[in-house]
Amino acid sequence: MSVVVTTPSDREIVLARSFDAPPRLVFAAFTRPDLLTRWYGARGWHLVSCDLDLRAGGAYRFVSRGPGGERMAQSGVYRVVEPPRRLVLTEVFDDQSYPGETVITHDFAGRAGRTDLTTTVRYATPQGRDRVLRYPMARGVAESFDRLDQLLTEGTNSDELDS
Amino acid sequence: MAADLLDATFAALADPTRRAILTRLAAGEATVTELAAPFHMSQPAISKHLKVLERAGLVSRGRDAQRRPCRLEARPLKVAVDWLETYRDYWEESYQRLDALLTELRAGEQAPPAGGDVPPAGEQARRESGG
Repeated sequence: MSVVVTTPSDREIVLARSFDAPPRLVFAAFTRPDLLTRWYGARGWHLVSCDLDLRAGGAYRFVSRGPGGERMAQSGVYRVVEPPRRLVLTEVFDDQSYPGETVITHDFAGRAGRTDLTTTVRYATPQGRDRVLRYPMARGVAESFDRLDQLLTEGTNSDELDS
Repeated sequence: MAADLLDATFAALADPTRRAILTRLAAGEATVTELAAPFHMSQPAISKHLKVLERAGLVSRGRDAQRRPCRLEARPLKVAVDWLETYRDYWEESYQRLDALLTELRAGEQAPPAGGDVPPAGEQARRESGG
């Protein structure tokens, strides 16, 4: 039931998750501002404003607030709007630390009243992808970062690498 | 430095041949010749892949000058997997809120039509609490 993350190429992250509702409702939850503000936002972040023009070529802008009151904004353009099956949009963060536009493709596949959602996030460069994989850490999960640093230091300095 | 090594790990894992080499090495160490055999690739081509894997810390080479057997190093792989798990958890929280919202939306659709015998739950609650 929980989301499965894979990296099928050096520029992509793919998230797969199943929801107990038909594609019509899941699509609505991804495209209606009154619904988006109720769930969208990872770990401690929530949407505070959400403007969107839901049509191919239409623009959107999301503003989120973080656990410490930080503000983060992302915006872009819808490329494909095919309810309830498919949604393709571009994404750029205001304070983005990697170059180029990210293209996000949501596929909502119906299956016996459920929805299998596959979200493909395609970055302009492999460096951008790798930086984003680190993003959750940069956004406040410092203890994991420390643990990782420690693991990597051990991994590169130690001679007893046999596992 | 830590970040660079992680980048190297992800870059190394992005190639299907290199993933296949790691899978083979998970079964035990092997020489370049042994590794090249099932891939229908030249030894130089395999050596190029091995260099990428070595740089990422995923493979080490034995000291035996003639054989130089390749060995899987599990630790960077685990770090990369942990990283993906953190990324997963990062989004899972949001998706769980979406689960709750979808349950509510479905319940809303299945509710009896207005004017029926059963008042909406909210209205009933307001009545019971005395308004």
